Amino acid sequence: MTSTQNVRIPTDGAADGAVAATSRWRSFSRTLGVVWSNGKARVGIVILGLFVLVAIFAPLLAPYDPKDTSFDRNLDATGAHWLGTTAAGEDVLSQLIFGARISILVGLAAGVLSTLIAVAIGLSWGYLKGFASEVVGFIVNLFLVIPGLPLMIVIAAYLQNGGILMIIAVIVVTGWAWGARVLRSQTQSLRGRDFVTAAQFSGERAPRIVFREILPNMTSLIVGSLFGAATAAILAEAGLEFLGLGDSSIVSWGTMLYWAQNSNALLTGQWALLFAPGLCIALLALSLTLINFGVDAVSNPRLRDGKATK
Amino acid sequence: MKYIAGKLGLFVLTLWAAVTLNFFLPRLMPGSPADAAIAKLAQNGPVTEATRAAIEAQLGVPDGSLWEQYASYLRQVVTLDFGVSYTFYPQTVSSMVSTALPYTLILVGIVTILAFVLGTLIGVAAAWKRGTWLDSLPTLSGSFMSTFPYFWTALLLLFFLGYVLHWFPTTGAYSATTTPAFSFAFLGDALLHAALPALTILLTSLGGWIIGMRNAMINTLGDDYVTFAEANGLRGGTVAIRYAARNAILPNLTGFGLALGGVVGGSILVEQVFGYPGIGYLLFNAVIGQDYPLMQALFLMITVSVLIANFLVDILYGVLDPRTRR
Repeated sequence: MTSTQNVRIPTDGAADGAVAATSRWRSFSRTLGVVWSNGKARVGIVILGLFVLVAIFAPLLAPYDPKDTSFDRNLDATGAHWLGTTAAGEDVLSQLIFGARISILVGLAAGVLSTLIAVAIGLSWGYLKGFASEVVGFIVNLFLVIPGLPLMIVIAAYLQNGGILMIIAVIVVTGWAWGARVLRSQTQSLRGRDFVTAAQFSGERAPRIVFREILPNMTSLIVGSLFGAATAAILAEAGLEFLGLGDSSIVSWGTMLYWAQNSNALLTGQWALLFAPGLCIALLALSLTLINFGVDAVSNPRLRDGKATK
Repeated sequence: MKYIAGKLGLFVLTLWAAVTLNFFLPRLMPGSPADAAIAKLAQNGPVTEATRAAIEAQLGVPDGSLWEQYASYLRQVVTLDFGVSYTFYPQTVSSMVSTALPYTLILVGIVTILAFVLGTLIGVAAAWKRGTWLDSLPTLSGSFMSTFPYFWTALLLLFFLGYVLHWFPTTGAYSATTTPAFSFAFLGDALLHAALPALTILLTSLGGWIIGMRNAMINTLGDDYVTFAEANGLRGGTVAIRYAARNAILPNLTGFGLALGGVVGGSILVEQVFGYPGIGYLLFNAVIGQDYPLMQALFLMITVSVLIANFLVDILYGVLDPRTRR
């Protein structure tokens, strides 16, 4: 940091960008270091990485087509079908592997979208004052107090038999408010700082101050709320599909459990069919939660592991 | 007083917004209940215009302008008259709700309070003994449990304790052979049926309370007044409970209030797995049967109870933490 301060700022635009890029890269890798130095976060990153790899290479890893119904029904685990087959005669392991795609897709899409809304609304809300702030606050609080799962279920019921896009939309609509509130309070505490006042006096416009000056200072908080939103999205998607509100013909962990319950896997004693999809959902959600322990430590040094702090 | 008045005004405004949202939600969505019923009929053959009119009349599809509909909807809400259920005709929505409500209130209510008390105590202990097994065991298992999908925990408990070991009944709130009455036989039976859903809710909600309390407590433990209390030689327990925990519990009270309000909504996924006849299961059945009057009434009731709980917590918060009253 000190070296860049002593260097005369080059007038050449390209060189300026390069300096900014390296310092940004350096702070990024330092942040990553803090996250990685947290033992819990390291476990989370490894688990998440495994799931992402499985999702990407699903066609190579899966022994069969997940929708192939040509096998014997309700098989227990055998050499040919490691986790048995479903009541419709599909290979459970192949379904499990392809199911990773849906969960990761929904987690990523719904997580990113609701975080974008949360950033846009949370930051403007925190920067605004007076009546406008009250109005935004009222809307956010309304979305916060309306119970999420019942709202999701009711919307999904009105939009009958929507596919995965409907589920993502429902999760985003019901899930952005929490992040908005967290980001707003941080914006409020930052807007009184000297660098914001300086930017105001130098005549910068409000959107630039909010998104170019304040935003970079809360990156870790935004990443944290991204992981939080993604976790909630993955669990919500599985729940909605388990209730049969979605497209129950796609292969996902939620629909696997839906079919398992509706085909009485409990009675036939096929524990693998019940156990495996839920465990995958739990592990994926857990990996994101674990990573968040590390991300929390970036913004709140009190939560860092004692030995890891420099 | 001004604080309470302001909160009350906000509460009324939020209540109105939620009631209005519940009115517009079905109207913003494509399709209508009549369309859904006709779509079901159309699978068996063509539907005439006369049949359609008959179905609309039977379902009580609202007519008139949006304003008239809104006015009659508000009248319904105020008089708690939500009409007749589509799927459980001729039962009224209100009677179905009042049958389901006690099951949910008792089951989810007791477990929510229990989970909050237990979780908070464990959270205090975890933060106070930070870095020992007393910290890492509950935090890790707590965060692991809270990432479990509710319904999966429910399915596993149902499978192992219900179907494999036969320790607990697998569905319903009481056995088919008993009738609801205030007798020991019925209460014992009901308790046995409630055990698995209760255990599920407890296991999945405990982690959140533990971690919330632990993190809030770690922040207060770093504050000067705690260091000062320790420097004064106060006993550890006194510092932990009377100084740190007392302040750390404040943010968690908001969550607890919301959770108590959420009790009325029940635990949809858990009740569905165990076939437990509470509000959540009723909502699920309403959704599956496209029973719009029942669905609208349930959603309204669930939302309003959370709003009331939230309002009460705001008031309580103002009493407990005078700083928020400014």
